[in-house]
Amino acid sequence: MADIYRTEVLPSVRTTLPGTKTEDDGPRRQVHGFTAAQRYDVFGAAAAGVALATLLFGWFAPLSGAIGWTVVAFLAFLGLYMLLIWLHSDFEEVKDRLITTLFGAAGTLLFTVLVFIVIYTLGRGTEALGHLNLFTQTMKDAGPLDGLDVGGILHAIVGTLIQISIALAITIPLGIGTAVFLNEVGGRFARFVRTISDAMTALPSIVAGLFVYAAVIQAITHERSGLAAGIAITVMMLPIVIRSADVVLRLVPQNLREASYALGSSRWQTVWQVVLPTARSGLVTSVILGTARGIGETSPVLLTSGITAAMNVNPLAGPMISLPLQVFDFVRSPEPTMVARGFGTAAVLLLLVLVLFLLARGLGGRAPGELSDRQQLAARAASLRDLKRFEARRPLVAPVVAARVGVRSEEQS
Amino acid sequence: MIGAQIGGWKAAIRRVATIEAGGSAAVATWLPASTMEPAGVETKRRLDGREVLADQIFRRTAFASGIITVGIMLAVGVFLTLRASDALRATGLSFLSTQAWSPETGTFGVAAVLFGTVSIALIALAVSLPLSLGTAMLLSEVVSGRVRGILVSLVDLMAAVPSIVFGLWGVYFLQAAIIPVSHWISVWLGWIPIFAVTDAAGQQASDASAFTSSAFIAGIVVGFMVVPTQTSIMREAFTRAPIGEREGAYALGATRWGMIRSVVLPFGKGGIIGGTMLGLGRALGETIAVYMIISPIFTINWQVLKTGTNSVSALIALRYGEASEFGLSALMAAGLVLFLLTLVINFTASSVVARSRSGAQSDG
Repeated sequence: MADIYRTEVLPSVRTTLPGTKTEDDGPRRQVHGFTAAQRYDVFGAAAAGVALATLLFGWFAPLSGAIGWTVVAFLAFLGLYMLLIWLHSDFEEVKDRLITTLFGAAGTLLFTVLVFIVIYTLGRGTEALGHLNLFTQTMKDAGPLDGLDVGGILHAIVGTLIQISIALAITIPLGIGTAVFLNEVGGRFARFVRTISDAMTALPSIVAGLFVYAAVIQAITHERSGLAAGIAITVMMLPIVIRSADVVLRLVPQNLREASYALGSSRWQTVWQVVLPTARSGLVTSVILGTARGIGETSPVLLTSGITAAMNVNPLAGPMISLPLQVFDFVRSPEPTMVARGFGTAAVLLLLVLVLFLLARGLGGRAPGELSDRQQLAARAASLRDLKRFEARRPLVAPVVAARVGVRSEEQS
Repeated sequence: MIGAQIGGWKAAIRRVATIEAGGSAAVATWLPASTMEPAGVETKRRLDGREVLADQIFRRTAFASGIITVGIMLAVGVFLTLRASDALRATGLSFLSTQAWSPETGTFGVAAVLFGTVSIALIALAVSLPLSLGTAMLLSEVVSGRVRGILVSLVDLMAAVPSIVFGLWGVYFLQAAIIPVSHWISVWLGWIPIFAVTDAAGQQASDASAFTSSAFIAGIVVGFMVVPTQTSIMREAFTRAPIGEREGAYALGATRWGMIRSVVLPFGKGGIIGGTMLGLGRALGETIAVYMIISPIFTINWQVLKTGTNSVSALIALRYGEASEFGLSALMAAGLVLFLLTLVINFTASSVVARSRSGAQSDG
């Protein structure tokens, strides 16, 4: 009994306000990550696994090959690692660590292979990329046996740009217009349009090419051209752009639209001045990512654009080759220089896609309504201008209020 | 008596309420407009707005773009069906069961190419499913912070890498590297019929040339191609698993795997199925990488490790140039079959994903 009463007089039972404390907390406690013992488990098991595999492959067993060595080393590592954990933990812990290790292994394998694919292409492309004539000449003057210092892919670069421009000229207005229709107009027909365009995302790109080949080239123009290739890319890209733009527009908060209507604006004003500016970064991203897909796709242009070694800037007549098709055409040849050119062209294509992707990330990738630093500055400047305008107008109406506002704005500044 | 009493109370309450209402009305400020308005001129306010000209133009333009889009897409579908019907009428149902492709003599069918397409897609799935599942779990559950952001961007970037780049890698690097593995599998797992590789005499093949250009190699390349798509859909589904239930599982003493098994996996099931099927749809339609790797044949080859297979899209790329009017119609029919297959898979996938997401809202 007496003990309980004694706690009352202890001075230490007092709460301290956060921020008023002056003394140091001491080292921060680590709440995630690995402890040293866990780290030693990993390193020890890895070293033992590698050693065991090397021993098996080098001396004890008739095994060979890099892939086999990796598999055996990984399995040995897994077994030893489980054993080490089992020494100081229960079965649940062992299971947890095993699964986490498998996730890590899947991720490591995937990223290694994907990064390797990119580096392999760029690496084998450097041989051709080193010759600057790759970017300034066409293949017209280069025979099949000529070295890398003759000939280039300027015609394919120009062809790709023309074809993707044609596709974008159709896709951007039509795709975003359709996405706006799906979200802002709505109705039963809009649901039908959404179903159809979702269905068309399943259209294999080669079938899109076959359609253009039969419906445009065979029936109307009777020759392959840049325009036909542009149309084939459009048929492939349009559903992709519609779908992603639709998702972006759906994310625009409904209360922004309602606020706009409540201010008395018409539907068109709401779309043009509220919905589209809010979703701008997402729309740009969806168009750029669609462009990256359209540029890299070979199969629709394989059937429609035709193969040529000469420059052709007229999309209406004559074959016009593009970068992916040029890669395909180069590597069909058995000549090593042609294959080197193929890898160089693939590297150019890859870099182009990479630039487009980084552009999409830089411009977009923000949620609707989220502003970039510069946009925030602009918005702040605009509201400051508004404030000044109000101040300039107020004295005529009510001098007392204006004086108060003036004081407040001074305090703010 | 009790009833009467209640009636009396009710009346009293009503009286008080009336007095209060009257009193408050007397104290309250009156609206200026109501006093100025002449009594009796009460027109009902119109709630439907009249469209201004800009709105009409906007609505018609948006409608028109919808119509054009549907027009283009229906044109593709209708045109394919019409042109394919010539060939389909000539062969009937045997189009699905014939293993040959010579429209000139009238014997052609998609049995072999469809088998090749599906076998390549299934091998791709066998490669991509564990990789994408593990990577999606890694990205949503294990790594965090800056590393996660970088890896997620990397996955998205890989989805945009052109398929011809994958094809180059498959032909010039993977083919040579994977042949020993194919050989090993055929030796040690040869008792499973699909892994056996036999020559014409039924003997075990050991020559390296028997293993090149196989469905196995094409499947691996296509598998790596579809992994990024699958991973990002699965990761999306996993990260949506409600934080409250995750913390609940941890609070009950679950390990990370216990939490994943009891919260994330049941929650992300729709994403796993949907992502897998979307990847399958892309794998079925892939053309150029498959075309570069395989050596085309027109018979069903059950031995997936053995050289020679085919796919519908590779068939179209191979034969469109030399095709006659009727041959083109036959290719259209093959394309139509492929389109219907991917269509069914895509719609199933998107309905599975949509259903799982609607369950995400009820965070109970």
